[in-house]
Amino acid sequence: MKRIITATVQNRSGVLNRVTGMLSKRQFNIESISVGGSETEGISKMTLVVDVSDFQKLEQLTKQLHRQIDVLKVSDITDKAMVARELALIKVVGSGQMRAEIQGIISPFRASVIDVSKDSLIIQVTGKPDKVDALIALLRPYGIKELSKTGITAFPRGQQQNVTEINYLSI
Amino acid sequence: MKAEVECEFVKSEKTMTGAELLIESLVEAEVDTLFGYPGGAVLPIYDALYRSNAPFKHILPRHEQGAVHAAEGYARVTGKPGVVLATSGPGATNLVTGIADAMMDSLPLVIFTGQVGSNVIGTDAFQETDVMGVTTPITKYNCQLKQLSDLPRVVKEAFHIASTGRPGPVVVDIPKNISTASLSEKCNSEVCLPGYQPTTKPNPLQIIKLTDALANAKRPVVLAGAGVLFGGASTELKQFVDQYQLPVTTTLLGLGSFPGTNPLNLGMAGMHGTYAANMAIYECDLLINIGARFDDRLTGSLEHFAPNAKVAHIDIDPAEIGKNVLTDIPVVSDAKEGLLALLNQSVNLPQHEEWKQHLQDMKQEFPLWYERSGDLLSPQWLIEEVYRASNGEAIITTDVGQHQMWAAQYYLFDKPNKWVTSGGLGTMGFGFPAAIGAQLGAPDELVVAIVGDGGFQMTMQELSMIKDYQLPVKILIVNNGSLGMVRQWQEKFYDERYSESIISSPDFVKLAESYGISGVRVDKEADVPGMLNDIFANDDPVVVDCRVTKMECVFPMVPSGKGNHEMIGVKK
Repeated sequence: MKRIITATVQNRSGVLNRVTGMLSKRQFNIESISVGGSETEGISKMTLVVDVSDFQKLEQLTKQLHRQIDVLKVSDITDKAMVARELALIKVVGSGQMRAEIQGIISPFRASVIDVSKDSLIIQVTGKPDKVDALIALLRPYGIKELSKTGITAFPRGQQQNVTEINYLSI
Repeated sequence: MKAEVECEFVKSEKTMTGAELLIESLVEAEVDTLFGYPGGAVLPIYDALYRSNAPFKHILPRHEQGAVHAAEGYARVTGKPGVVLATSGPGATNLVTGIADAMMDSLPLVIFTGQVGSNVIGTDAFQETDVMGVTTPITKYNCQLKQLSDLPRVVKEAFHIASTGRPGPVVVDIPKNISTASLSEKCNSEVCLPGYQPTTKPNPLQIIKLTDALANAKRPVVLAGAGVLFGGASTELKQFVDQYQLPVTTTLLGLGSFPGTNPLNLGMAGMHGTYAANMAIYECDLLINIGARFDDRLTGSLEHFAPNAKVAHIDIDPAEIGKNVLTDIPVVSDAKEGLLALLNQSVNLPQHEEWKQHLQDMKQEFPLWYERSGDLLSPQWLIEEVYRASNGEAIITTDVGQHQMWAAQYYLFDKPNKWVTSGGLGTMGFGFPAAIGAQLGAPDELVVAIVGDGGFQMTMQELSMIKDYQLPVKILIVNNGSLGMVRQWQEKFYDERYSESIISSPDFVKLAESYGISGVRVDKEADVPGMLNDIFANDDPVVVDCRVTKMECVFPMVPSGKGNHEMIGVKK
């Protein structure tokens, strides 16, 4: 099962190395990891998407993360009301009339063309991972020359409803 | 290169170099013994050491591995962090085995490694290694100094992290330019670790759950691990067990946490544990684990481990709870605090007379056993004699292997912190340097290194240390001409194909003499008692080459992958 874990860490050198090293040493399967600054100076936030087999493994993962000296807080936010976003840059083959067609495809996704060359264009899309994946699937037939994704960054919404069941894919 | 200074200062007249500041920080941390080996990147530190009148001893091994294992032995018997200093590159990498060993067995170490100058870090400079990269997976924490003003704080944090919560090794990497830079102001050395707040006091609700479970259990058993020793909780464990009259088993590293001669002690559990201890765990309905991490050598096949039991686990490291064995009652706590909380609950317990009698019967019926072969020297008998001759008072250190298991089985540890062994990592070559550290930490105690002929040859150059520092360590080499445990597995599980497990050895007596230490050889049981009485009465170090029967095996045994109830080699 896929889980989204956030970790608040002290911004010291080697922290990312320690976290990823621990995860690979303990055979956890990381799907994506994104790190960046937070609202507080010296504190960074990590968002990890991991694939774990059961809740015992998941508990181990959060405990092991929390055990790291520079990790301040660990939360599994998968089952919470949250916002999760990722960014993808997609270089698609396209020239002439094809461009208009591609434009037509990407506009409902609120994606934008950020670079154009003679025979290709670069599209930027931000959003929920399934939306990003859906757009990529639509663009694939046109020929994707290059693709780069940031991995998910996420946090819980300001207000939490009483959630009974939220599928990971609905984020 | 001048280090930047950014912290809050208390002005002082004195200018200090990084090296001097390090020594001052060590004095402040009340270090009394520093195990180290000089080299290029730590020359400034060694120079400062030469000029200073620091009140601590410096102990020089012949290989950095000797220094770190000695520091582990020191930490194990004193409870204080063992402090190690080594140079960059090969100096640092030679420490790796000991750091990994300390990590697995939760020993507090503070290790300082020299590093090449900041300006050449990352250029593959002479004697450069990525110490942070190498030691990250095998340390509780590590860091590289970026500026001199951080040094006092970082050193303080290193000692704090190493010795609190679940102990472990901490590495501080010091670039050469930091140790030569100077600082005229005193800087802030406040520990600042918001992400590190070990929980030491148990949750009261979980304690109530545990005592409820205890009141309802018909077949309870206590499993005591090294956490009891680290928590200094042996007295509380004894009170707890006495109060509720519970049967106790220990892990390998937990030996001595509960008196080995106490009738309620069923002995060590696990692969080479006693039949009674393993059956107690197999048949119990409540297992109370205090400070053990459910290592696979203890549990055997997990599906047969305490299959009918409710499991309670008291551990200071939350990540250990539920790691290997599903836990019904988790208690995150220091062993002492946990036991005190349990003692404060008064519970009326059924007496479990039938259960205890059943276990006592098993203890009587299936004891540890071996066959003596005439006048030849049986290794198990040798250990029993060591126990007798030392009145069970000695500090025993071992490597890994057959001699280790025999020592664990036949030396009854009545008191805590007398047993120094490489449990988790299973390090050959650990026992002898660890004995040196143990002796330095406990100068008035009898320290006996029980080692194999294989393991001793991995670190035997440290005979120089016992000569240099006049340490009365007694080294007993259980010499069977082979890597005994490997040979045993080849015999039992590889159709006696003794692939590269039969080894030669130097003349250990002459070897000892070449270091200026006396050497003795025994190969007959009749000579052992006199020899042991002699060497234990004497204040000199000695190497004893004990030529034991060659093909002896460690029994009983849980074959790898089997359940603890499927022991082989049980006395019938």
